Amino acid sequence: MHGLAKKALAAAIVLAFASPAVAQDSIKLGALATLEGAFAAPGEDGIRGVRMALEEFGHMAGGKKIELITGSSDASPDSAIRATRKLVEQDGVKVLIGPLSGSEGLAVKDYAKTQPNVTFLNGTSAAQDTTLRSPAENFFRFSTDGAQWMAGLGEYAYNKKGYRKVAVLAEDYSFPYTQVFGFLEPFCRLGGKAPIDARFWVPIGNKDYSSVIAALPDDVDAIYVALGGADAVNFLTQYEQTGGELPLIGGSITVDQTVLGSKGRTRDFVIGTPSAGPISDTWDNPAWNGFVAAYKKQFPDGFPSPSLFAHGYYINTKAALLALNEVGGDLSDGGVKFRAALSALEFDTPTGKVSLDERRQAIADMFLTEVIEGPDGNLLNKTIEVIPQVTQTFGLSYEEFLKYGQVGRENPSCM
Amino acid sequence: MNARSLFSGRHSVSDIHPAAIATVVVLIAYPTFASDFFVFQIGAYSLILGTIALSLMMLAGYGGMVSLAQMTVAGLAGYLVAILGDNSVEVMGLDWPWWLFVPTAILGAALFSAFVGAVAVRTEGIYTIMITLAIAVAFFYLVRQNYVLFNGWTGFAGVEPPTLLGVYWRDPVPFYYLSLAVAGFFFLAVLYASRSTFGLGLQAIRDNPRRMRALGYNVTLHRIVAYFLSGLIAATAGVLFVWFNGRISSGSVGVGIVIDILVIAVIGGIRHPVGPFLGALAFVLLENFAIDLIDRERFNTVIGVAFLLVVLFSPDGLIGIWHRIRPRLRIGGSTRSKSGRVERVDRHAAGSLEQT
Repeated sequence: MHGLAKKALAAAIVLAFASPAVAQDSIKLGALATLEGAFAAPGEDGIRGVRMALEEFGHMAGGKKIELITGSSDASPDSAIRATRKLVEQDGVKVLIGPLSGSEGLAVKDYAKTQPNVTFLNGTSAAQDTTLRSPAENFFRFSTDGAQWMAGLGEYAYNKKGYRKVAVLAEDYSFPYTQVFGFLEPFCRLGGKAPIDARFWVPIGNKDYSSVIAALPDDVDAIYVALGGADAVNFLTQYEQTGGELPLIGGSITVDQTVLGSKGRTRDFVIGTPSAGPISDTWDNPAWNGFVAAYKKQFPDGFPSPSLFAHGYYINTKAALLALNEVGGDLSDGGVKFRAALSALEFDTPTGKVSLDERRQAIADMFLTEVIEGPDGNLLNKTIEVIPQVTQTFGLSYEEFLKYGQVGRENPSCM
Repeated sequence: MNARSLFSGRHSVSDIHPAAIATVVVLIAYPTFASDFFVFQIGAYSLILGTIALSLMMLAGYGGMVSLAQMTVAGLAGYLVAILGDNSVEVMGLDWPWWLFVPTAILGAALFSAFVGAVAVRTEGIYTIMITLAIAVAFFYLVRQNYVLFNGWTGFAGVEPPTLLGVYWRDPVPFYYLSLAVAGFFFLAVLYASRSTFGLGLQAIRDNPRRMRALGYNVTLHRIVAYFLSGLIAATAGVLFVWFNGRISSGSVGVGIVIDILVIAVIGGIRHPVGPFLGALAFVLLENFAIDLIDRERFNTVIGVAFLLVVLFSPDGLIGIWHRIRPRLRIGGSTRSKSGRVERVDRHAAGSLEQT
């Protein structure tokens, strides 16, 4: 039996030495997404975004071939770190795109500080603190955070929809905290209310929402729902089955393509739900239409229209490729020049111009949308308004914005 | 590491199989020829998971009690380290000194393990599995939904091992040796205990509890003590586990990893303490490299199929495969003789999952 241990070790040793030699004319690009668990569908779409950007550049940047290596997590920070460590320390990627979800982003940002020669670009993780508080010098986010995504929604709900008091239902981790903050801050500033005891925080992967639905107060005008993927589908189905009649306000991933594309009876029920986010399916703009056409051509089995995950990963990958072009693919200095190019990068995406602030966080256009039924029967988000160049700090100064304190279950208090 | 000769006069150095010595040498020399990634994420992580699975192997192999709460015990120890020690989340973090919180965490989790034992020992077989699984799931939901003590979904981050003797213990090489020392110590301890009066009593209880009761043994207490001892092993590994990740959250004690520990123990084989470590190594290698072998959307299938094949062709895991091919290779006669007494009893251990 010890002989077997020896054999297994021998195998491990062989593996340790068998890492393929690095070719001089190729650059390894890592992509980390959630390909397991509750967020597998969004994760797959994220990888599609990476592939689209690579396709667009002919898998070349700075005159070198780009070799894509994917890693998978299950949305937990532990697994994200393990997959990141493998991509960086074993596969030797010098540029990494990812991760997908909020708490993972915070963890990868912490890990980035221990790997100063590797450049990290976000996937779609959208927790505020990834770039707002103690950011990492080598972590760039060309996608926007969950609070930015909500730009204009609070004002719209108060002024146009006339809602004065809302209940809140969201998953219980950093990304929904950020979303809730981004919605409530303007909503409450205008005079809206969201009582603390009408805020419901459920664990990710929650299947049964009956207790939440039973506890919803009667005297609210609407429910703000920030759930993603399967959680959103479960809640919407169950709320409809129990005869819920309150209008909804959607978080960015509550009424996105991954949810709207799911088959079920929730379809008619969500029509008319306002939401906001970094993309809008029906934005009639040549750049966006071109992006959708390219997506459909490359991935006939994908969603009817690219989700914000494909969009976020695409933009971050494209930023990496553009910066690699600028420095001629030269990462020999530990990526110093490459990161300087990234910091100064400003380019046109399918959703308008993107540039970075001093904490390497994107400033970009946001879309206020409402769910409608499309011509061929599929549900789409109709564009109501484009909010130009939203910053992470809502236009306030950095110091002033920090006074709001960390996003969390009771911030803003909104009483 | 060569401490087996110290145990008693019954074993002499010449009894030790050359392969065992070679394994020890390779394990100690491993960091000199492996990359940091292989030392830390493959080496240390396998040793940690192997140690947790060892605590299950001890219960299942010698005691016939399959507990799914071993990861829960390890997780509780990890949480106690984050709560009593220091973390960067600004929840709890009582900032005790390490020499206080490490023993507290280990003892606390081991007592919890004894409690699990007290609840589970009066049941047999599948009912033990169900009860311990229920405890594991209850703990998972508790830490996921409790914010005051366990900080819910986010859990704790920034949990650092102490810097001792001028060494930062999270660096790959020191951490590997720390894990190796812990794993080696418990490996030998389990090997030794399996031949002690207590261990033989436990195996006898596994095989015939009624007869042992008739002989005047307190069967229930015997089993609870076994749970406590296995809890010590799992809890110590749990402390290393939280230092390895630098963080712990509800996902670290979820149903997935609880089942993984069972898979590791069964794949490795529960006939001998070396099994869990083989299983852990196979598991960690697959977890890390399956994605490179196959289409990224199907790599979990590879992991599943690999484990299925092992169990299909060898009910007693990787050790069993070795025992099947060894006669054909005609090597190594003395491995069996040096632990003959255990082997005789252990011949039934492989089937103990089905028997109980």
